[in-house]
Amino acid sequence: MSAPLLETIHLSHLPPSMPVHVALYRDVQNAPYLRQQLMSANAEFEYAFIDASTVISRTHLLSAVFRAVNDYMNGRLKSRNVHSEMVFSLSPATNIAESFRKFGITDSTKDLLVVKLSVTPEITHDSVAAHLGQNVEGTPVPFDDETLSKISDIAKIKKAYKLGALNTTPPNQANGTQDNGMRRLELSVLGAIALRGAT
Amino acid sequence: MQLITQGAEAHLYKTTYLSPSTPAALKIRPTKPYRHPILDRRLTRARVLQEARCLVRLVREGVNVPAVLAVDWDINNTNNNHSGAGGDVGEGVRGNGAWILMEWIEGCVVRVVIQRWERYIKSRSAAVKLQDNEIEEEEKKVKGLLRRVGAAVGALHKAGVVHGDLTTSNLILRGAEEPAAEGDGEGVSPDMQGEVVLIDFGLASQSIQDEDRAVDLYVLERAFGSTHPRTEPLFGEVLEGYRASYRGSGSVLKRLEDVRMRGRKRSMIG
Repeated sequence: MSAPLLETIHLSHLPPSMPVHVALYRDVQNAPYLRQQLMSANAEFEYAFIDASTVISRTHLLSAVFRAVNDYMNGRLKSRNVHSEMVFSLSPATNIAESFRKFGITDSTKDLLVVKLSVTPEITHDSVAAHLGQNVEGTPVPFDDETLSKISDIAKIKKAYKLGALNTTPPNQANGTQDNGMRRLELSVLGAIALRGAT
Repeated sequence: MQLITQGAEAHLYKTTYLSPSTPAALKIRPTKPYRHPILDRRLTRARVLQEARCLVRLVREGVNVPAVLAVDWDINNTNNNHSGAGGDVGEGVRGNGAWILMEWIEGCVVRVVIQRWERYIKSRSAAVKLQDNEIEEEEKKVKGLLRRVGAAVGALHKAGVVHGDLTTSNLILRGAEEPAAEGDGEGVSPDMQGEVVLIDFGLASQSIQDEDRAVDLYVLERAFGSTHPRTEPLFGEVLEGYRASYRGSGSVLKRLEDVRMRGRKRSMIG
């Protein structure tokens, strides 16, 4: 197993003592094992395991993380812990089980995003990197927009966010228009994440 | 965080989203201590959500508005409660207000662009006798901007939203340079390229009625008349831009004539 390319990020407006650690893997071999650890609520494996094909960009993922951590700090979690809440936060709907099925790791997941919040000072970049290095069988790749764009399944994302009508690839159009379409899709998705559960 | 402006209901700050390199606008609606706690929470929440819903819908429809990045419609009293569970506050407890974090739009409000233009024309015509073709060129430029304003309002209405408070201060010309200091950029005709972006949806609502749409235009027309007296004769360009922007604009413009006759309020009876 190779050393993960674990990125540690300090998000604006969150306490500096609570950085977020994110790693992206391709070609993951042991998804069923990882999912099993989640199902059995193994405390060692308290991570957000996300199917990377459902994520458009860094901003998309980090928005869901931001929402989950903000809800965590305000004592408003709807799911078991802040990490499951990150998966749930990706979803525009309020059904938790469904959000896991759509955005979480499945047995057939090949491209995997792993997120961990430093909820206690013992959780550091090194401790997370070491644990992931031992347990995730996959190829670590950088967590950037270019890599994500190769992984994301736009049709699946549109369906999950009910944005099917949104035109992201107008035929016979210049490339600039296509980028605009993707930008619009991303911003619409951010809005859906922000407004989830609003009544 | 830098305070940009403050209204009766909300404070607007410039801050960042996720990373320090992404600027964002934070609109905070603080709790109003003179209101009953239950009413206060409900009103604050309803208004923030109304604004956010309109914006999200408009982004989806491709209208030029700031995107919603994050919303908190009920900031908790017991903050930093890391227990993660059972933090729900009871109905009767006073909330701590609400906020919306929005995409930052870089540019200059249309009000300032037009005012600078009016000053430019005034100073030019005082200094030298303006040639007819120069006046024509300058007017063409403003007319183009006004048509784009009309088209932006049309796109908004087409998407099923009315703004509720259209003024030239609630329109941003994207990319236009803000005058750094008083009197800066004086003596040059301001740049009027760029997209027109609608902002401040604090009074917006979802409606497709001619009446509501016409009132939107009427409010803009009145605001325009009082803010830009020199440019008022060109307001017709806004309406032309509006007319061309979607089907159904014709009946709204017809309704606008009725609204002009009686004012913004439909019925004064009772």
